[in-house]
Amino acid sequence: MEHIELFFKSIFIDNMVFATFLGMCSYLAVSKKVATAVGLGAAVIFVLAVTVPLNWLLDQYILQEGALSWLGEEYAAYDLSFLSFIMFIATIATMVQLVEIIVEKFSPSLYNSLGIFLPLIAVNCAILGGSLFMQSREIPSLGLALTYGIGSGIGWFLAILAIAAIREKIRYSSVPPALRGLGITFIITGLMAIGFMSFGGMLTGGDEEVTEEKTAQVETVKKESENEFANNTIIIE
Amino acid sequence: MGLLSKKDAALITDPLADNNPITIQVLGICSALAITAELKASIVMAVSVLFVLGLGNVVISLMRNIIPSKIRIIVQLIVVATLVIIVDLVLKAFAYELSKTLSVFVGLIITNCIIMGRFEAFALGNGPWKSFLDGVGNSLGYGVILIAVGFFRELLGSGTLLGYKVLGDPIEKTGLYAIGYENNGFMLLSPMALIVVGIIIWIQRSRNTALIEEN
Repeated sequence: MEHIELFFKSIFIDNMVFATFLGMCSYLAVSKKVATAVGLGAAVIFVLAVTVPLNWLLDQYILQEGALSWLGEEYAAYDLSFLSFIMFIATIATMVQLVEIIVEKFSPSLYNSLGIFLPLIAVNCAILGGSLFMQSREIPSLGLALTYGIGSGIGWFLAILAIAAIREKIRYSSVPPALRGLGITFIITGLMAIGFMSFGGMLTGGDEEVTEEKTAQVETVKKESENEFANNTIIIE
Repeated sequence: MGLLSKKDAALITDPLADNNPITIQVLGICSALAITAELKASIVMAVSVLFVLGLGNVVISLMRNIIPSKIRIIVQLIVVATLVIIVDLVLKAFAYELSKTLSVFVGLIITNCIIMGRFEAFALGNGPWKSFLDGVGNSLGYGVILIAVGFFRELLGSGTLLGYKVLGDPIEKTGLYAIGYENNGFMLLSPMALIVVGIIIWIQRSRNTALIEEN
């Protein structure tokens, strides 16, 4: 259940592009055509799904305070979390190269569609942001880290797909000259972000305590009004 | 400008307007938008980027002849990451509250495209002094937009600037609030950052029509 919740939360509510503005650079640069946008989006999902769990392991067993205790008692006091930036980015850069080499060897057709985007991804803020948010939100297990990686990847994919589709259509509209290109893309993204904010209430519906309190209040109100009614009838009699 | 030749001065002044990293080169937008809800955070972010980009450009430029081109991205990332760790530790030591507001976005300076972009486009092909000027110019251009966005969002969103109540007190109804003015809380939410940047781009391009794109 918490997997499903985290999955939808990372796609819609904490959408990488619309809620935290991660990966905006490639989002703006590569969204002129739907086909290329799909390629980059797929590569982002893939790399996030690999690097977030990997960095979770690094964080749990090397970087966190006391994480080194598996080496022996005397290491328990070490706190290497100041190294996390450099470790995360090194992991991401090497993983991206590794993935590129593997994909090139085993699936040339996939390489042809994804390959040119892979180097771009090493410096995509969405990838590092995924790992840093994973760390700061203290995601508890490896499975959840994987879910979070895939979910945020899909969220980013949806965002770039949507803006690419809009930009293909907007070519036929008459935009004020000074807004053409970059300006109108910013404003459209802003409007889309407002739209995505409405997903914010999606996961708050199941809060049982609140509803119980409300029903209790309604009951007391009913009783009071009944009493009043009774009093009134007595007065009338 | 006795100290700088004309060409060197152009390295600093160009990115401020006609070759602005955010509005023209489309670099470094991620961090520009997320932290601009208050002016103070924007200023700190601008200064951090100034430090990282100015120094990083010099380091990369000094190493440009010994970096093998195949692994240059990893080398660049390590240089940036080291500088960013310094910034992060300094912020945590001297401005702890602020470093909590900026949260992961300090770390995200590493993947700020301005930095990688300037390393690739300038520092790898020019000497240290020019690279330093280019770094300073570009981070100033970035800072100008950041501070402009932060200014409008904080002023219109919470009626304050750097925490001072410049428009009067909303609870005691003084200043502008006495005549029925209300804060626009929407300015504090993330979508408005995009729209404010969009409007800045609009104004800049209507003033300088040479920058207009062809759709």
